[in-house]
Amino acid sequence: MATANIEVSETPLVLYALRRADDALILGHRLSEWCGHAPALEEDMALANMGLDLLGQARELYSYAAKVEGRGNDEDKFAYLRDVRQYRNLLLVEQPNGDFARTMVRQFFYAVFADLYWRAMMASNDPTLAAIAAKSEKESAYHVRHSSEWIVRLGDGTAESHRRAQNAIDDLWAYTGEMFAVDDGERGLIDAGIAIDPATLKPRWLKTVTGIVNEATLALPNSDWMQQGGRSGSHSEHLGHLLSELQSLQRTFPGATW
Amino acid sequence: MYTQALNSSDGDDRGVEDVAHASQFQARIDADERIEPNDWMPAAYRKTLTRQISQHAHSEIVGMLPEGNWITRAPSLRRKAALLAKVQDECGHGLYLYAAAETLGTSREELVDAMLAGKAKYSSIFNYPTLTWADIGTIGWLVDGAAIMNQIPLCRCSYGPYARAMIRVCKEESFHQRQGFEIMVTLCRGTAEQKAMAQNALDRWWWPVLMMFGPPDQVSQHSDTSTKWKIKRFSNDELRQKFIDATVPQAEFLGLKIPDPGMKQNENGNWVHSPIDWDEFKQVLAGNGPCNRDRLAARRKAHDEGAWVREAAAAYAEKRKSRRLAQAAE
Repeated sequence: MATANIEVSETPLVLYALRRADDALILGHRLSEWCGHAPALEEDMALANMGLDLLGQARELYSYAAKVEGRGNDEDKFAYLRDVRQYRNLLLVEQPNGDFARTMVRQFFYAVFADLYWRAMMASNDPTLAAIAAKSEKESAYHVRHSSEWIVRLGDGTAESHRRAQNAIDDLWAYTGEMFAVDDGERGLIDAGIAIDPATLKPRWLKTVTGIVNEATLALPNSDWMQQGGRSGSHSEHLGHLLSELQSLQRTFPGATW
Repeated sequence: MYTQALNSSDGDDRGVEDVAHASQFQARIDADERIEPNDWMPAAYRKTLTRQISQHAHSEIVGMLPEGNWITRAPSLRRKAALLAKVQDECGHGLYLYAAAETLGTSREELVDAMLAGKAKYSSIFNYPTLTWADIGTIGWLVDGAAIMNQIPLCRCSYGPYARAMIRVCKEESFHQRQGFEIMVTLCRGTAEQKAMAQNALDRWWWPVLMMFGPPDQVSQHSDTSTKWKIKRFSNDELRQKFIDATVPQAEFLGLKIPDPGMKQNENGNWVHSPIDWDEFKQVLAGNGPCNRDRLAARRKAHDEGAWVREAAAAYAEKRKSRRLAQAAE
């Protein structure tokens, strides 16, 4: 039946591309939820912009995954016909928007990582991934700037904005560790020069994040406990709801072209 | 979009304080010169344009809501990106238009407050719900199509900032219109269910879209002033007719039926529509449309929930300024 989930041959390279594509799609989707409801029109514009960047990255990565897999899947099948357990994104990006502070902290944690990550990936010996990285790095550099400026404004703004920003940092911190984790399949890609080891980026990520957080008069939690699971399909409860919305038309009208 | 505001003007130039200025002003308009922000203009001209441009801006912003309703449910990644970009364009139009209105001396905050307080109008078309994906196609095809009919003449409006804004807005609207039509083509070539969805959307949107052009000329309260000032160049009925004549062949191409069994082509080739239910129009204008309350509530919620963010940005800017001053004093 056409509504059934697709099967994916998760070779290390396919899985690699899907993980990054899922990160970009899910975070882009979250940002798109703001459209029409942001605190100022300028932010409506900026959040939509970043959402569009991420959607674009997702589409390129899905298309590459489809090409590498070579089983007739495509960007829409990957996005619309995989169930929650087949999604491979970071837990961080599926966390709900919450208030504007939470959205910005989530964006900040991810963007600082993504910017370092894509910059390093420009040296990948896989030319498609290197090209996607070059484009994504330009976009994430803006996301870093935009979200950093907001972290500082919110942290060093009013008592209320400070409290909200600190709460968001405290609540989202445990989802940052997963960005630097690697499994065996991905280790092989790293050894082959196709992927880079995200763990090597952690000191620089921490330095940038700490610098901005300090400037914002905020603090990072002391806790080292980190949640894991998104990369292997063990998600939070939030992703299922997001997907039921995202996939509703494709699931309701099986096989239709839109 | 959405030039309902054209149908009333705020007084005329009788009794203006400065007769010499007024006749000079009219001479410039008659010579098709553009009026710019620092030029002398009659108070009623300023007031009419402030109202019209700000209503247009409000319409763009409220107009984000019915289409925004489908961004998270768009049926393919290509459609999702296109819809998000389109709604973002509307936000950009709103910002651009608020800036044009501000050149006439009223701040964006005041204009937005009037809208949130329910004192300023926006186009009634956005008080209808988007129930299916076909509504997104129909809005692009018909609502943006009608908007273009209304707005193309405004590219030659006598007030420079508004005219220039309209040139840019019209380019984007025409892209949106084609995008919407393409959604309809895809649906109409799709499954029976998809085609029925398209027909149903046309059935629901057709009459409200015809109302977008405003009341018929014979009962329109529109004074001659807007025409004399070259703000309005065509009558409501003229624009409505142009729109219908352009749309009928498009509906035929799609294989859809316009929900007006009495519509006939006259000897001039114009399609003559059946009477429009102007009571419905009045009800929606009076706040009784299906979504009036939801739309205002959504805008108020965004505004209220964003207050602490705007306050934080202002507080931070203030702190930075005083730190700089303190540094400079050292």
